[in-house]
Amino acid sequence: MIRELANPTRFMSLSGRLLPWVAGLATLLLVAGLYMVWFQAPADYQQGETVKIMYLHVPAAWLSLFFYVIMTSSALGTLVWRHPLADVSQKAAAPIGAAFTLICLVTGSLWGKPMWGTYWQWDARLTSMLVMLLIYLGILALWRAIEEPNRAARAVSILTLVGAVNVPIVKFSVDWWNTLHQPASVFRLGGPTIHTSMLIPLLVMAVAFTLVGVALHLAGMRTEILRRRVRTLTILEAERLDAQAA
Amino acid sequence: MSQHAFFILSSYAVTGLVMAGLIVRAVLDHRAQTRALAELEARGIGRRSRRG
Repeated sequence: MIRELANPTRFMSLSGRLLPWVAGLATLLLVAGLYMVWFQAPADYQQGETVKIMYLHVPAAWLSLFFYVIMTSSALGTLVWRHPLADVSQKAAAPIGAAFTLICLVTGSLWGKPMWGTYWQWDARLTSMLVMLLIYLGILALWRAIEEPNRAARAVSILTLVGAVNVPIVKFSVDWWNTLHQPASVFRLGGPTIHTSMLIPLLVMAVAFTLVGVALHLAGMRTEILRRRVRTLTILEAERLDAQAA
Repeated sequence: MSQHAFFILSSYAVTGLVMAGLIVRAVLDHRAQTRALAELEARGIGRRSRRG
């Protein structure tokens, strides 16, 4: 399967068929999730209606880490196995991961003000998430700074692998340090601490966000493959013009 | 709801804007690359594209 997908033309064919289904399912689940959040899920006994922010904030946080893990796997694919689609995947994932990290930080800040009395606190979870955004932005800047795609991919892969150290720090920061941010309440030993009336809409929104992310990633990879074809053909055209002029 | 409406609605607005931005960017970028590839091929450069 991986070998088959290693061929960009084969990937374009498969992803072209898959993309409308993923995007359609994402839209359906997003509509269902929003309906559950706004018309079925109860207000929290302590936080009141501000708990509605959780249904955006938590999936965005998960996807921020999810896309960084995809980028780390792709970086290994680029450096170790030289998979032809690894750096395409890495480049397509970076802006999506950065966007979900930004959503996580902004919604967290908007949730923090009414609950904690502050938009921002330099605690371990918030700070490590801000570092995550800066790493994403650094990776995006590096992609733009190096024109030759293979050189850029190798440089970005090394930066991505270095930045991967931050993933467990984000995840376990609430356990390792005494933070204002609450500890994990869904993926934890002993099971979720959230009531099912809130857990189900949260999981529906998380799957919907994931499918939106996957659809954007597939679309981004397809565009990146086209961009590389355009680059190759542009160079070919320039070489032909040079040869004619000589 | 009214007490914290600003924070809740702002969260949904920001999320909607960022996600819409990602989708619009993806569509426009794909169109631009498809158009550029078609123009190159129309000028007879390289092989035919085998887009899926």
